Amino acid sequence: MSGDNNSFVRKEMISERIPPTTERGLVKWVRENLFSSAFNAIMTFVSLWFIYSLVVAAAPWFLNGIWDAETVRECYDLLDGKSGACFAVLNERFPQLIYGFKYPSSEYWRPNLASVLLLVALAPILFRKLPRRLLAFSAVYPFLAFWLIWGGSILTSVSAFLGCVIAIVCYSRFSSRSFAIAVLISLIAANVWWIIGGYIVDLNDSILALKDVPSRDLGGFMLNLLLGTIAVCLSIPLGIALALGRQSDMPIIKWICVFFIEFIRGVPLITLLFVANVILAFFFPPGTSLDLILRVLIMMTFFNAAYIAEVVRGGLAALSKGQYEAADSIGLDYTQSMRFIILPQALKISIPGIVNVSVGMLKDTTLVSIISMFDLVGMIRGPILSSTDWNGVYWELFGAAAAIFFVICFSVSKYSQWLERQLETDRR
Amino acid sequence: MKKSVIISAVTVAGLTAGAAFAGTLDDVQARGKLNCGVSTGVPGFAEPDANGVWQGFDVAVCRAVAAAVLNDSDAIEFVPTTGKTRFTALASGEIDMLARNTTWTFSRDVDLKFEFVGVNYYDGQGFMAKADLGVSSATELDGATVCIQTGTTTELNLADFFRSNNMSYEPVPVETGSEAVTNYMAGACDVFTTDRSALAARRANMENPDEHVVLPEIVSKEPLGPLVRHGDNNWGDVVRWTLNALITAEELGVTQANLDEMSKGTNNPEMNRLLGSEGTLGEMLGLDAEWAKRAIAVSGNYGEIFENNIGESTNIGLARGVNAKWTDGGLIYSPPFR
Repeated sequence: MSGDNNSFVRKEMISERIPPTTERGLVKWVRENLFSSAFNAIMTFVSLWFIYSLVVAAAPWFLNGIWDAETVRECYDLLDGKSGACFAVLNERFPQLIYGFKYPSSEYWRPNLASVLLLVALAPILFRKLPRRLLAFSAVYPFLAFWLIWGGSILTSVSAFLGCVIAIVCYSRFSSRSFAIAVLISLIAANVWWIIGGYIVDLNDSILALKDVPSRDLGGFMLNLLLGTIAVCLSIPLGIALALGRQSDMPIIKWICVFFIEFIRGVPLITLLFVANVILAFFFPPGTSLDLILRVLIMMTFFNAAYIAEVVRGGLAALSKGQYEAADSIGLDYTQSMRFIILPQALKISIPGIVNVSVGMLKDTTLVSIISMFDLVGMIRGPILSSTDWNGVYWELFGAAAAIFFVICFSVSKYSQWLERQLETDRR
Repeated sequence: MKKSVIISAVTVAGLTAGAAFAGTLDDVQARGKLNCGVSTGVPGFAEPDANGVWQGFDVAVCRAVAAAVLNDSDAIEFVPTTGKTRFTALASGEIDMLARNTTWTFSRDVDLKFEFVGVNYYDGQGFMAKADLGVSSATELDGATVCIQTGTTTELNLADFFRSNNMSYEPVPVETGSEAVTNYMAGACDVFTTDRSALAARRANMENPDEHVVLPEIVSKEPLGPLVRHGDNNWGDVVRWTLNALITAEELGVTQANLDEMSKGTNNPEMNRLLGSEGTLGEMLGLDAEWAKRAIAVSGNYGEIFENNIGESTNIGLARGVNAKWTDGGLIYSPPFR
C-alpha cells in the first residue's frame, strides 16, 4: 500500500536545469538591452549601421598612417592618393608638443623627473593608506620642482623653503595669542628672511646650479600641466577661505569675499588672461614686468578659487544647522569648529564639484594659446601648423592633443569617484 | 615664494623706472638683447624650425637689426604676438620693434601712434579657386560662395570688389586661415580669399597643388612692413635704414658672398658709404661704421632673403612680382645712402 501511494511522490529533487536559451547568456542580454521593443530594435540597427560606417570610414585613415616622413608633402607622396593620416608630424615634433620649442633638449630630463616626482608627492595626499611620513616630501616638492624646471642655483629654492618654514614656526608660536597677530608676525619674519636670503643667493649663485630656463621658454603640454597643477593646488585653500569669508558675520570680510567671487565669476577667463598679458604691461615701467607665467598663474588661481569657493559654500549650506550648534554647544571656538566639525563634512560633499571645476581648469589652460603662449594647443596652432613642413596637418595634431588631455582628465575623474566611495559621501 | 618674487619685481621696477626715458637704442644696447615681436607662425615669414630656431622673411629683418645694433644676430628675444596682442605689446614697450606681416594703414600709423619704417613686402588680397571650376578671372565669380576670415580688412575689401563689379556672392565666415582651408577643401565654398602670399603658402602644402589656381586679380593693397613706437625717431631711423641697407645692397649687387671683398673699398662711392669704408653714416645713427655690413652679412641682401625664405626655389614659391627692385619694374626702392 505504502509503495503504491508513494509512487506519486518524488523521492529526489529535480536537478536544476539550464534556463531556455532565450532566457540566458548573451541572447537574454541582447533581447533585454537591444531588442526589448520595436522602437529599440530599430534604434539598435541604426546605431550598428552608424558604428559600422564610422569604422569603415576611419579605419583606413588610421591603418594607412605614415609614421616616418620629413614633411607633409612627403606624406602625400607616400600615401599616393590613398586616404591616410600623417602621424609623422607627431613623431618629428613630439618634443615640441611636450616641452615647447625653446626648452633646451639636453635638459628634458628635468621636467621628466619633476613630473615623476609630482606623482610621488601627490600619492600621500591622494591615498590615505600610504605612510604619513611621505607628506614631508610633498611639502618640499614645490621648491624642488621649481629648481628642476626653471634651473638656477638650488639656494633660491632652499631659501624660499626656509622662509616658509620660518613663517610656519612663527605662526605656531604666536597663534595661541591671536590669529591676526600670528599671521602678521609670520609674514614679516618670512619676508625679512627672503630679503636676507636673496642677498645670500646672489653671492653664491653657482651652488648646484642647473642651466637657467626663462619662463618664456616653457611650452607644450608641460606648460598646461604646470599651470593646471599650480593653479588648482593654490586655488583650493584660497577657495575654502573665500567660502568661509562669505559666510562670515564680519561685514567687511564678507563683502570683500562676495565682491571678489561675484566679480571673478562674472568675467570670462579669457578676459582675465588678456588683462594679465596686455593691460598689466602698461602699469609697469618699460623694460620691467612680472614674469608672464606668474601673471597668468595669479589670474587662473583667482578664477578657479572663485568657483571652488561657490562649490564649498554649497557644501557648507548642505550641513544642517544642528552641526554648527553642536560645535558651539561643546565649547569649540570658530577655528576648532570649522576644523573638526564643519569642514570635514562640507569638503566631503564638495569633492565632485571641486574635481569638476579643477578638471575644467586644466582644460582651460589651453586658452593661454590666445595670448601667444605656446602651450600644447598654442604649439599646434602656431609654430607647427604654420611651418612650411607641416602646414595642413590638422586632424592628427588636434587628435593627439585631445587624446593627451582625455587620458589625464579621465584618470582624475576616475580617482575622484574612487575617493567618493572611500569616504562614503552618501552615508554621511 | 610668490611674495619674494613680487617684491623683487617691484623693487627692480622702481630702480629701472628712472632709466625708462633713455632712447630705445640705448636700452637695447644696455640690455644686450633686441626684443623683436614676430607672429606666432606664418609659413615662410616667421616660423620656428624643428630645433626651435626662428626662421623666415620677417625674422630676417629682426636679425639684421640685431646684427647692426648689437653685432650679434642671435641676441634677440623673439616675442611671439597674435593679431590681438601685437599692438599693445609694442605700445607698452614689451618689444622694441614689430616685424610681423602688419599692413601699413592710416589709422595704425596715425591713430595707434606707430611709425612704419618701410615696406618689406607688398602684398594684396587675391582669390584661390579649384581648377575644375574653370574660372580664369575673379570677374567671373558672380554668385560664388567665398570663404572669408571675419573681422579682417579682407572681408571689407571683398565686399567692395564684388559691389564695384556688380556681382553677388555668398560669404562663408570662418575664424582662422587653417579653418578657411579646411572648409575650402571640404567644398563648403568655391573660392578662398586672403593675402596672396598666404594663398601661395597654403596652396604649396595642399595635397594636389595643381588642382587649385590663384586668380590673377589683386583686389587690395597690403603693404607689410616693420614698425616701431611713435616718439623715438632715432630708433625708428636705425630700423628704417637697416631695412634700406638690405634693399640698397641688392640694388648695388652686394651679396653675402662678395660682401667682404666689397667692403674693402670699391670705386662706387655709394657702396663705400653703405659699407662704411667712406663717410660717417653709421656715426650719424649712433652706431659704428660697419653696421650695414653686419646687417647684410646675416642672411644677405633683400633679394637673397626673399629667395631663401619665400622665393620660387622654396615651397612657398612666391615670384618677385611687384616686390622686384625698382630697376626691374618693381616697387622695392630705397632712398639713397648719402
